Amino acid sequence: MDAVIALVRRDLLLAMRQQADLYNTLLFFVVVVSLVPLGVGPEPALLRLIAPGVLWVAALLAAMLSLQRLFAGDHADGTLEQWLLTREPLPLLVLGKIAAHWLTTGAPLTLVAAPLALMFDLERDVALTLILALLLGTPALSLIGAIGAALTLGLRGGGVLLSLLVLPLYVPVLIFGAGAAESVAAGLSPQGHLLLLAAFTLAALVLAPWACAAALRISLE
Amino acid sequence: MLQAIDLACQRGERLLFRALAFTLGPGECLHVAGENGAGKTSLLRLLAGLLVPAAGRIEWDGRDIRRLHEEFWSTLAYVGHANGVKDELTAVENLRFGNAIAGRPADDAAARAALGLLGLQDHADRPVRALSQGQRRRVALARLAGAAGARLWILDEPFTALDARGIEALRELVAGQLRRGGSVVLTTHQDVPLPGAVRRLELAATATTAA
Repeated sequence: MDAVIALVRRDLLLAMRQQADLYNTLLFFVVVVSLVPLGVGPEPALLRLIAPGVLWVAALLAAMLSLQRLFAGDHADGTLEQWLLTREPLPLLVLGKIAAHWLTTGAPLTLVAAPLALMFDLERDVALTLILALLLGTPALSLIGAIGAALTLGLRGGGVLLSLLVLPLYVPVLIFGAGAAESVAAGLSPQGHLLLLAAFTLAALVLAPWACAAALRISLE
Repeated sequence: MLQAIDLACQRGERLLFRALAFTLGPGECLHVAGENGAGKTSLLRLLAGLLVPAAGRIEWDGRDIRRLHEEFWSTLAYVGHANGVKDELTAVENLRFGNAIAGRPADDAAARAALGLLGLQDHADRPVRALSQGQRRRVALARLAGAAGARLWILDEPFTALDARGIEALRELVAGQLRRGGSVVLTTHQDVPLPGAVRRLELAATATTAA
């Protein structure tokens, strides 16, 4: 367990020293969300209606952009090889790596989503549900994305392949995530959507580290 | 004890070597030699368990390393072509995080002592980005100073980019490992006199002989 904590701490320290990567992800998210009202027109009722979907799609793309870097750096400088050859179980180390990825993408995206929800004039309950859904759903984005990142590691043109692999798997997160806030806006309970979202994230939490570890071993052959 | 049995390695379409067999006991050093492209790095990666052999198997204390997994890796120290150090971290941070992730003791004093052994005591707190190639190589090799518990060291071209003092420091580390009864497998093109009992394994295209 100490090894996993060390890996998370190392990745957070690296993120602090390369803040451009963090800002890139956040800036992309903010810019995409801000462009939508310019494209569809400033009709408040319409914007309120599409806001949860827009925020989710933007968060999904922003998380995916950062995935290519998840293992690429460690692969290029040989540190990946080093943590493949340790006494620690690889799925656990991978989980640490994914946790660090979420802390540097999913978590800040969720925080930034709050002022963006205000920008779309969402009601308080709708905005809070949206934040909660992001909190429950973004870990799944990191978990599933890591499998794709591990499978496409070291491939030329891996970026395109990565999106083709990962985006279809993101669809349930998008549907239930956006659906939660939309059902509150329609005066319904978001409970069903949120529970399904949490279940999806839990399933990913159990399965993704193993799939990812196996993919890494294949990619390094 | 490391044992290769009827080992074959294929990369893409090309058969690098086949029917390779050797035994490496405690306190022994194996020098893998051969031309560029003869499969030295592939052999080392096979022995480390990073590659799967096309045929044959590798045994550690009589058990296949592909079944031992973590049990084998906990007693292995591997320094590959890539240094395995992060540019953004300082030398001492690299060593401490590296050891912690490998499940080895990772205290500050031990890391600094290891860097001192390789003559890097004055560069311990500089980011690796600011170090020269040879100094980066030394940071990677400083891991070995903390890997005394590892019974098998696998070193891919460890002498590359090192100056005379660096080579001397590494030779001492290898000698210490052999005295402790550990084993070392390494490749090098440089004519470095290796300490202790050194066996040479010549890899040539397809025809392979062990001396």
